[in-house]
Amino acid sequence: MTAKLTSTPTGAAAAPPRPGPDPKRPGEALFRGLATGAGILILVILALVAGFLLIQGSPALFADPAKLASQGYGEFVSWVLPYVWGTVWAALLALLLAVPIAIGIALFISHYAPRRLAQPLGYLIDLLAAVPSVVFGLWGSLVLAPAMLPLFTTLNTHLGFIPLFAGQVSGTGRTILTAAIVLATMVLPIITSLCREVFLQAPRLHEEAALALGATRWEMVKMAVLPFARPGIIAAVMLGLGRALGETMAVTMLLSGSRNLTFELLTSQNPNTIAAVIAQNFPEAFGLKTNQLIAAGLVLFLITLAVNSVARWIVSRRAQYSGAN
Amino acid sequence: MTALSHAITQDSLTSGRLPKFATPVTAVAAAVVGFALAVLLAGGNLGTAVLIAYVIFLLSMEIAARVVEGPRQAADRRARHLIVGAFLLALLPLGSVVLEVLSKGMGRFDLGFFSQSMRNVVGEGGGAVHAIYGTLYVTGLATLISVPIGLLTAIYLAEYGVRNRLSKAITFFVDVMTGVPSIVAGLFAYALMSLIFGAGSKSGFSGSIALSVLMIPVVVRSSEELLRLVPNELREAAYALGVPKWLTIVKVVLPTAVSGLVSGVILAIARVIGETAPLLIAAGYTTSLNNNPFAGPMMTLPVFVFDCYAHPGTDVQAYLDRAWTGALTLIVIVMLLNLIGRLIARRFAPKTR
Repeated sequence: MTAKLTSTPTGAAAAPPRPGPDPKRPGEALFRGLATGAGILILVILALVAGFLLIQGSPALFADPAKLASQGYGEFVSWVLPYVWGTVWAALLALLLAVPIAIGIALFISHYAPRRLAQPLGYLIDLLAAVPSVVFGLWGSLVLAPAMLPLFTTLNTHLGFIPLFAGQVSGTGRTILTAAIVLATMVLPIITSLCREVFLQAPRLHEEAALALGATRWEMVKMAVLPFARPGIIAAVMLGLGRALGETMAVTMLLSGSRNLTFELLTSQNPNTIAAVIAQNFPEAFGLKTNQLIAAGLVLFLITLAVNSVARWIVSRRAQYSGAN
Repeated sequence: MTALSHAITQDSLTSGRLPKFATPVTAVAAAVVGFALAVLLAGGNLGTAVLIAYVIFLLSMEIAARVVEGPRQAADRRARHLIVGAFLLALLPLGSVVLEVLSKGMGRFDLGFFSQSMRNVVGEGGGAVHAIYGTLYVTGLATLISVPIGLLTAIYLAEYGVRNRLSKAITFFVDVMTGVPSIVAGLFAYALMSLIFGAGSKSGFSGSIALSVLMIPVVVRSSEELLRLVPNELREAAYALGVPKWLTIVKVVLPTAVSGLVSGVILAIARVIGETAPLLIAAGYTTSLNNNPFAGPMMTLPVFVFDCYAHPGTDVQAYLDRAWTGALTLIVIVMLLNLIGRLIARRFAPKTR
């Protein structure tokens, strides 16, 4: 970009366009090489992450099922599938709780709050993102779980006919629903901040036109802001999903997970997530068990990679046609 | 015209609208009724009371607006109240976390906590000095690894590879890298170290590699944004004086953006300093002070909190107290870093003009 500018046609001394680094300037070549190398290094690191997980996980992936049963945690696919389901289930529950609230907060900050308050209120929500996950885990299991217990009992007695709320209520309140609430709190800031950005980019003229035609503020939001922001909202939700899928500590500290496939939200028999199972077992694992946990990590990596790639693809596609930036 | 101006009187402007005091009055009334109902029916649970009050408020406003103002205005009011409700709901966990951590963590926030390790401690007493040192080592090393790589990559993206294939690929994968689950980063560091130093080796350095994987993308994103803010006129002025491109970057572009770069790095540190899962995997845990990041497991503050919670000894309460105090220390550190980062960014904002 800058190279083009320096070689304007009017410049009499316009040097022929330099194809590569100037050989008389070794510093230039070195610095350019360093910068390019760092960029390539990042690609290498990401490839290495997948590669090393594959190398260290492969003994478990390709091992004889009988050997895995005696020295590991059992046959790989049937072992990991309940955890995959637990991971997806917990993340979906968290999103179900977080997305409407996050969109509400983003709208509040972008279109409802008084102008002068909008910025500080945004910081307040960002503070949620600054709380370390282990603190959320501690809070979830020692404060939130006991506090949720009365609500769980009420739900169970009055709505127990719905399969979600059926079963024997956990005595500690440490259920997958509690974990989902904590997860929702943790993904709330990222969804909110992305949605807020998209809402603020909505074309000003469309909004003013809607208001001038007599629309109420909500009608304006519905007709001018939300349709424009839909791809952005979808991307934000996907990114939140990626975050929720990989979040470890909240679930590790809350659930003493078992391996059953159940939709019941309030019992003490909760499905576990991949990340939590790794964190709970890794310090004591050895030999083939370590390999098996790393292979589970590879599965988690691939799931989040797919979700995040789709999200980023939506974002980049949108950036091209929106013309907002 | 005259008929119209007659029609627009004070009365016709306010008729068909709820009076301004309607909202606060309804809110107060709903609160009173909600609390009364909660005491009568559910034994005075505060959460139930607030929930009942909110529902009553929504319903009564809906009915009043529908009767007086019509369905469109009613929908507008409903949306507004739900949106404000969502915002207040999100403040609930934030307030609760801060209050609980403060009230439960202050008890052990004493000198002993910051001067003793957990070596040979089974019940009360003991502290987190080993974990605090460990966090400093691990995070410091991670910063030393991430900042050069991240900054140089940002320079490549903003200065050298503008819109070419490679830079597009790097941008995409940096974005993907921000989504790598933290525990996967820990497994990567563990697998790498196992290949080099033999199976099962855990060290502070291994932990800092794990943190680097999480930190590099954050540094790249913030630095790239900052470098793009530096006005092109400055670069062109330097080129006009015959300064080579790399010296222009080092002597002109970077100093112009330095405050933003520093604040970006501080915010990135704040992001990773609270990470638990990767350190649990890569750095392990120990009860004593380890001053060598390259050998032996190293305790860090987040893992200390987790360890106190998950593996309490004979006196459970003492362990939980330490966990809360560790959480308080961690939050204080993260908030301080955030504050410093934002202050630097605001105080020494890039001189774009």
